Amino acid sequence: MSQPFLSIELLTQQFPDGQGGTLTVFENASFGIEKGEFVCILGHSGCGKSTIMNILAGLAEPSSGVVKMDGFEVSGPSLDRGVVFQNYSLLPWLSALKNVTFGVKARYPDWPAAKVEEHARAFLAKVGLEGDVVHRKPSQLSGGMRQRVSIARAFANQPKLLLLDEPFGALDALTRGTIQDELLKVWSETEQTVFMITHDIDEAILLADRILLMTNGPFARVAESVEITIPRPRTRTEIVDHPNYYAIRNHLVQFLGQRSKELAGQASDGAAQRPETVTIDLTEKTEDQSNPQLRAVND
Amino acid sequence: MLDNLTLNQRAALLSVVMLVVGLLIWEAAIPAQKAAGELTEYERLTGGGAPKAGVPPPSQVLAKAWEQLSNPFYDAGPNDKGIGIQIGYSIYRVLTGYLMAALVAIPLGFLIGMSQVAYKAFNPFIQVLRPISPLAWMPLALFIIQDSEASAIFVIFICSIWPMLINTAFGVAGVRQDWVNVARTHELGPFRTAFTVILPAAAPTIITGMRISIGIAWLVIVAAEMLVGGTGIGYYVWNEWNNLDLTSVIFSILMIGVVGMLLDSAFAYLQRAVAYAE
Ligand SMILES: Nc1ncnc2c1ncn2[C@@H]1O[C@H](COP(=O)(O)OP(=O)(O)OP(=O)(O)O)[C@@H](O)[C@H]1O
Ligand SMILES: [Mg+2]
Repeated sequence: MSQPFLSIELLTQQFPDGQGGTLTVFENASFGIEKGEFVCILGHSGCGKSTIMNILAGLAEPSSGVVKMDGFEVSGPSLDRGVVFQNYSLLPWLSALKNVTFGVKARYPDWPAAKVEEHARAFLAKVGLEGDVVHRKPSQLSGGMRQRVSIARAFANQPKLLLLDEPFGALDALTRGTIQDELLKVWSETEQTVFMITHDIDEAILLADRILLMTNGPFARVAESVEITIPRPRTRTEIVDHPNYYAIRNHLVQFLGQRSKELAGQASDGAAQRPETVTIDLTEKTEDQSNPQLRAVND
Repeated sequence: MLDNLTLNQRAALLSVVMLVVGLLIWEAAIPAQKAAGELTEYERLTGGGAPKAGVPPPSQVLAKAWEQLSNPFYDAGPNDKGIGIQIGYSIYRVLTGYLMAALVAIPLGFLIGMSQVAYKAFNPFIQVLRPISPLAWMPLALFIIQDSEASAIFVIFICSIWPMLINTAFGVAGVRQDWVNVARTHELGPFRTAFTVILPAAAPTIITGMRISIGIAWLVIVAAEMLVGGTGIGYYVWNEWNNLDLTSVIFSILMIGVVGMLLDSAFAYLQRAVAYAE
């Protein structure tokens, strides 16, 4: 098996459970992400999604296991891995523009100031922030605008891997929709590799190439990797008409509603816990007529 | 008629009314000068017979203020310098001691705020040293430093250091982990992180500490100068009291208040400049 762009190998995270014992969030989790892929991870609250993301970002150390990017082991945070935090994490004393140039300056220390600003403005424009708005402080921006700035900051740095932790969690449905579209647009222009946590099934289907499904913790597993067999470009109004849409959606709802609980709490016996690849494609002629909806492949 | 004025205009009007009424009451409450025959022995001995003795009416203080402020920088020997020169000395001492304190307190506060070990290690010393009245250091300072000027500056140093130190440590320790993570994911080194993230994040708390410190320093300098003598507004007050020139005493008390207010408003301005809303 060839090495994927990002490979997570036998990742285990344990925390003290507060009563003298240990809490194993996940054990021997192993999966990969290809270059240019948009991967979403879905799972119930507390299963360890943020924990995985913090390890990928290099902000936290796993108890054991390694993360390799481009064949090199990840240790500590890096400009190659950009992060959009759930709570935006803009620096409140800087204007929107300055928040973006802050990142650009760190990424390209040799650039002259004018080039830094031009680059930052270009990325702010990509998420629809232009004109005087860019001089406002985060406190003077709406939640949606703040998240846009945060996305612009991450994309402007052109990291090899972009990590998004529930970026739209705090936004209303309408704003969410707009920013999802903008995110898709920026992503398709930049060919970034994106790893995103979300709670929203429809959001995941709209955005992702592949959805990783996590079972409940403790001993959570990345149990399935569901391919989104809906061609791009996608729009929220058109994908619902695609024959695969409801099949995929039902599968995800099924998993989160039922199987995430059934599969929970199993220790791993030291074996690598790889997700099972699930491809649901109703447009394709399948050989096995008895079960035309599901083709499971172990990789 | 009052309804048409803004809140600030009404407040200003009320302030002026209070001032005028206060001054009138003060003026009216001062008894006429006693004739020389009615003076007690003590009054005669202490110079009470001179027209300066007794609490002066505000008109006299105003006249004094006019006289002093129209020529604030004259220098006619050690015991007769203009109010400007005296205040200048005091401000020089306050700023010297204060800046030295800031140079120590802010970096040290950073260190204490960044590290739990440093915080725990320094805490007992801070807790013991902080409640000591700055003037209590004076004899020790005079003995060790052997110089009254430097001792006064030392006392300012020691009294300004604590609020700055504690506030800096508190502000730095309270910087949101998210912002530190932003610095980390942008691979900023420790110095860049300190200057571009932690310092601006903690600045409002630090400036609040600096504002408290300058207020205390200005309170303490008057007392310190009364002790060490020579020059300065504190010495001036004491000297005029010895001369029984109460007009000058009252005038210099007012000047102490005005300078203190100006120092404080400079820091209030600074505080607004670094404030941010989350
Ligand atoms: N520093 C820590 N110390 C102890 N336990 C922790 C720590 N961080 C996370 N946990 C535990 O690990 C588990 C996973 O947490 P995590 O934040 O990764 O969940 P999540 O999947 O991101 O949830 P959500 O969707 O609510 O954000 C939780 O049970 C949490 O209590
Ligand atoms: Mg989370």
